[in-house]
Amino acid sequence: MTSVTTTADTAIPADWRDFLALTKPRVMSLVVFTGLCGLLAAPVPIHPVIGFTAILCIALGAGAAGALNMWYEADLDALMKRTQGRPLPAGRMDRQSALHFGVGLSFFSVLLMGVAANWLAAGVLAVSILFYVLVYTVWLKRRTPQNIVIGGAAGAFPPVIGWAAAAGDVTLLPLLLFTLIFLWTPPHFWALSLFVRSDYAAAGVPMLPVVSGAKVTRQQILFYTLPMAAAAVAPWPLGLTGPIYGVAAAALSLLFFAFACHVFANRSSEPAEMKPEKRLFAFSIVYLFAVFGALVLDRWFA
Amino acid sequence: MIPEGQKNEIRAARQKSRALVTALALGAFVILMFAITIAKMAANT
Repeated sequence: MTSVTTTADTAIPADWRDFLALTKPRVMSLVVFTGLCGLLAAPVPIHPVIGFTAILCIALGAGAAGALNMWYEADLDALMKRTQGRPLPAGRMDRQSALHFGVGLSFFSVLLMGVAANWLAAGVLAVSILFYVLVYTVWLKRRTPQNIVIGGAAGAFPPVIGWAAAAGDVTLLPLLLFTLIFLWTPPHFWALSLFVRSDYAAAGVPMLPVVSGAKVTRQQILFYTLPMAAAAVAPWPLGLTGPIYGVAAAALSLLFFAFACHVFANRSSEPAEMKPEKRLFAFSIVYLFAVFGALVLDRWFA
Repeated sequence: MIPEGQKNEIRAARQKSRALVTALALGAFVILMFAITIAKMAANT
């Protein structure tokens, strides 16, 4: 439990934009996109209104999890340059409001998903919120350098939720998409944590570069890229997708591997000289958008 | 330290904008529930 005391002037209510900021809108874009692709890749057509509501629920659920994460981590956020401007550490909002907002939005998103789509999708959405808040934020993040490895599962749920909302079941393809995001998360976050290492060290978060150093982190990035590429390409040889997806996934994974090799070859510990790490971090976002985009295109042209 | 008069102005402006956003969100929710009901009815017929 965090011990931070709020500095917000409780006499002045928080601005609505601060509640919006609690939902981490930038992170949400990737969550919404992968959820939408999972929904569109499902072999069952879905009514546009139900599909829109399902994506809205995924976005609200992700926003709720983000708000609860910011509520719990207000003390850590206050110690890191990257997060000092967030509503809680900046003192623009009291912690109780953030907690109520996060819990309320969680219940709302799960119930709406159950009513509009189906209760399997609602159940997976509830599990994803609980996993992000309880397993990643509360349990793992402050305790182990493997936080991002296991916690990465939280961000891997959206395509499964999207698929479940449309099809009402979960088959091998959404599970492979889950595996892809699960294995993509460590190299993505470790690339970031290499060049913001001092921030994590100042906050006492045991990220891999802080605990084991840059060399081990670079090895692990390269190591995780291999099973990630295998998970990305696997749907093609298994006959779950066509060549459009297969070729795109293989080419993009090859590029990802090349960027990971550059990171592995870099020996610098100065953030200013970590261009390969910054390039890999930026490309990893493009990679996920492109692979999931290729999946939808493949489905449409199949 | 913000002067009391200015504090009241900020408070009033924030309460107004929050009330407006809440009203818009509730309105959108009502429309969404109506659309979901129609979609469900169409799927069952």
